[in-house]
Amino acid sequence: MGRSRVLAILMALAFTLGMFGSASAAETVRIGVYLPMTGSVAAYGEMEWAGIRIANEMQPEVLGKKVEMVLVDTKSDRIEAANAMTRLIEREKVVGVLGEAISGNTMAGNPISEAAQIPSVSPTATSPLVNQGKEYAFRACFIDPFQGEVAARFAREQLEADTAAVIIDIAQDYCVGLGNFFVKEFVRLGGKVVSTTYIQTGDQDFSAQLSAVQATNPDIIYAPNYYTEDALMARQARDLGLEQPILTGDGAQADALIEIGGRAVENMYFTGHFHKSAASTERAKEYIKLFEEKYNKEADAFGALGADAYFLLVDAMERAGTTEGPKVRDALASTENFQGVSGVITMGENGNPIKSMVINKVQDGQFVYVTTIDP
Amino acid sequence: MTSTIFFQQLINAISLGSLYGLVAIGYTMVYGILRLINFAHGDLLMFAAYVAIYMGALTVFPWYLSFPAAILATGILGILLDRAAYRPLRDAPRISLLISAIGASFLMQNLALVIIGGVPKAFPRPEVFDRVITLFDVRIQVLAIYTPIITIILLLGLLFIVYRTKVGKAMRAASKDFETTRLMGINVNAVIAMTFFLGSTLAAAGGLMWAMRFPQVNPFMGVFPGLKAFIAAVVGGIGNIVGAVIGGFILGLGEILIVAFVPQLAQYRDAFAFVILILVLLFRPTGIMGEPITDKS
Repeated sequence: MGRSRVLAILMALAFTLGMFGSASAAETVRIGVYLPMTGSVAAYGEMEWAGIRIANEMQPEVLGKKVEMVLVDTKSDRIEAANAMTRLIEREKVVGVLGEAISGNTMAGNPISEAAQIPSVSPTATSPLVNQGKEYAFRACFIDPFQGEVAARFAREQLEADTAAVIIDIAQDYCVGLGNFFVKEFVRLGGKVVSTTYIQTGDQDFSAQLSAVQATNPDIIYAPNYYTEDALMARQARDLGLEQPILTGDGAQADALIEIGGRAVENMYFTGHFHKSAASTERAKEYIKLFEEKYNKEADAFGALGADAYFLLVDAMERAGTTEGPKVRDALASTENFQGVSGVITMGENGNPIKSMVINKVQDGQFVYVTTIDP
Repeated sequence: MTSTIFFQQLINAISLGSLYGLVAIGYTMVYGILRLINFAHGDLLMFAAYVAIYMGALTVFPWYLSFPAAILATGILGILLDRAAYRPLRDAPRISLLISAIGASFLMQNLALVIIGGVPKAFPRPEVFDRVITLFDVRIQVLAIYTPIITIILLLGLLFIVYRTKVGKAMRAASKDFETTRLMGINVNAVIAMTFFLGSTLAAAGGLMWAMRFPQVNPFMGVFPGLKAFIAAVVGGIGNIVGAVIGGFILGLGEILIVAFVPQLAQYRDAFAFVILILVLLFRPTGIMGEPITDKS
């Protein structure tokens, strides 16, 4: 008798819990977030997640329901990124996904969301391959052909470089792509690439490559790699006596670059998404205020892009009037003149926004805004 | 390639090779005594680097106090590691010990991840090690000079302990046969604890040198040096202390020179280490300095 009573209570409990469960599922909009919170590019994940949370505070509801976010760590790894996406869609039943931060990992996640017809918005995956042939993949950032071009123009015109050495992280789609776009434009503008050398994510010793670069005595070094490699490489370059300006891509804009690189990254130039002092929109001003109140540090580019990814997705759901994948997808694709944190965003072909770029540099241990370049 | 560039590359190679050697000494020593591949060796490196960072950041200790403190702390951690992960398995089959070592390694990495987080921290390089000198157009980081010197000093010190002291004699005896050593009235557990202490302090010294050369510290920073040191130890003849240093130099020289002469192959430099490992295992399974295999049981 006692046993069946316990059973009955358990069943009743399970039933009520189940009711609560389904009730809460109906009242919230679940958005999945997959980001590198650990591993070689953890700083991006940390910054973007901080930005996404601010964006969520600014706009906690969509279609009259509360937005509930589910974060999964990708450990900066492609396979983990694919697993994270599968888990978000199959177990967490999310209706939209934000992430990943880097191109290679986003390329691993996108085919899965594509197959499930779940729209995804990556804050900062800049490689053109990321969205190629995808209906449901979007991003909040510009793409690398534009970035490589601007870097090459900047190198030729502002830094007056005739020769360049390119150092590329061969393990990252982003670095390989961006390096190629730079070389193409640099050569078109009459410059000469005197050496191309390769490194690999996780490498720590670049002395051999740098000594080889030194032998060719280039005017500038273009190293479009992620912040850890950028910082270690700059330190070793300066130790070896290479004093050339180093130019890099948007991946440099993490505090860890300055923390690890120290004096060696002074005067490092890079093309980036956002600089606080170039922020123009109303939304940006509110975001910066909230961000700095909450985290007590300067608003960074990756956070701003994370916030924009959130706003873009939520705005599209609002306009679509539903969270159904195909309709949200169409709304995202027709985004026009959206006043984001990182600037005004109009969604172009293939889910690639058309937006302006900033050039920043490191000065006195801080990221300093140099100029804005419009598309 | 001009001679300047060649010498520059040679300096790069010696500096990297001695770093590998330094980490490999401790690895191979623990193996020599216990026949245990201590997979957690690399993580002791990471621990030492973090201790040095926090000692430097939280206290007013200058580096010449915080570094020895980090080394000492790592030595103690080594003893605790033996106590917790290896001693209970002293009489178990060797494979259990190996698995316990892998488990200890994962535990340490993930504990660090949970406690400290995954974003790399900068390692402050003391002024003394930060200078660069120029010699006939070759730029030499003073660290590149200190590393081989420290490696050689530690190597000689360790050889002295193992071959000229009573503890060393006990270690060598234990490496031959636990049971008989015990019968001779030697406290084998104390000897092994000492072995771990020494091995871990060597790992810590390697970790600090590593962190100064590559000043970014993260919870997984030990994996890569651990792997390279393991290869260096096997190439040199695992268990042989001098061999480990030689193996380290071979590895460092090979990796740098392959990039120096054939820059297109730069992305294969890690593969190079494994190719050497495979070749050595095929043609000289006991390594360059290794003795013929004798079964210890």
